[in-house]
Amino acid sequence: MQCPKCHAPMHTYNRNGVQIEQCSGCRGIFLDYGELESLTRLEAQWSQPAPPVPPAPQAYPAAPAPAWGAPHGGHHGHHRQKGFGRMLFSS
Amino acid sequence: MTPTPAGPGRTPPYPHPVTPDLLPALTAHLKATAHTSDRTCHCPTTTLAAREDATVVRHAGTVAKAHAPDADPTELTRRLTVATRLPGTLLAPLTPAPTELRGRLVTHWPYGTPVDPDDPDAAPWEAAATLLAHMHRTPAPTAVPPMRGPAKAARAIELLRAAAPHHPAATPVLDAWSALPSWARDEAPMPDATTLCHGDFHLGQLIRHPEHDGWLLIDVDDLGTGVPEWDLARPAAWYACGLLAPDEWHRFLTAYRAAGGTAVTPDGDPWTALDVPARALTAQTAARSVTKAVAAGRPLDEVERSLVDACARMGSVSLSSPAS
Repeated sequence: MQCPKCHAPMHTYNRNGVQIEQCSGCRGIFLDYGELESLTRLEAQWSQPAPPVPPAPQAYPAAPAPAWGAPHGGHHGHHRQKGFGRMLFSS
Repeated sequence: MTPTPAGPGRTPPYPHPVTPDLLPALTAHLKATAHTSDRTCHCPTTTLAAREDATVVRHAGTVAKAHAPDADPTELTRRLTVATRLPGTLLAPLTPAPTELRGRLVTHWPYGTPVDPDDPDAAPWEAAATLLAHMHRTPAPTAVPPMRGPAKAARAIELLRAAAPHHPAATPVLDAWSALPSWARDEAPMPDATTLCHGDFHLGQLIRHPEHDGWLLIDVDDLGTGVPEWDLARPAAWYACGLLAPDEWHRFLTAYRAAGGTAVTPDGDPWTALDVPARALTAQTAARSVTKAVAAGRPLDEVERSLVDACARMGSVSLSSPAS
């Protein structure tokens, strides 16, 4: 993709399991939906390793997910239509 | 072919020698036994599955299943006993022990209606979770062998190593696998040796039967004692990889907790318990996907890539485990 500010190409990097896009020109960073939260959660894990972070009182629908999970939480429906019949019904 | 490392007691990977003419023989056997009267019937016979590890045919209200070539008669009989003794949770077989046909063990079951793969919204997540929770809370009614989840995952990895060790997607999958604790790779006993588990839960393992109100679990081939988190780990892996919507995962997990399931704590983050088995099942499913794609001579599709990508990300996130 192209940088929305300077239109230089953006490159994808993996930071602690989170995919981020950085512009090769202005070095700006683009985060998809949910990625900022993933980075924040990772930061919390680093700075507070002993007890797990208590869940927010209203956990639904932001259920916890592993940091290695899909970075694009909002794209599941797109995958699901094609993946449902095959993946969810076989060993 | 690249030699694959074989652990102690590891069964060789498929393909086993194919049993010749198994499907027609099983069909003839089922037609001869499905009806009590000996009148010639005109009911159609349907093939429900014809895989290397199972052939399943239906005639009228009866289903016959030819099990994997390496199935052990004593172990299978014990698993059938569990199915008989957990009415309301597992579908009970029609006969208490397997018979033999062309060297394969065959079991007989009542036919039930499966979940519709074309209707995702109708998937019975609450019922599935409740059945698993009941199973996990039920003491094994007879001595059963270990649940075979890790063994199945290890077999999928062996097949990937044999079929496509140099495929670009093989490296992240094998790396993710090798980072798992030895029990999850079937190289050591599981840390839980008493909890009754299904061992191969997915949506194809649920049926409705006219004589029973609600859903039942089927397929006892991998059933046994072990780590109950494994039974939750496939939906967990689907959710983590973006194949299962957050609300469906939430419904499944909430129903499991409400039914007193023991694999996760009643509240809080379930991923300390689910991380290892969900990684294992992601690696297993990714391995199968790559093996199948290579055999078919096609590239990975979007869903398959999402599994491989998840494996690639695992390396940068350290394993979680319950503080025990």
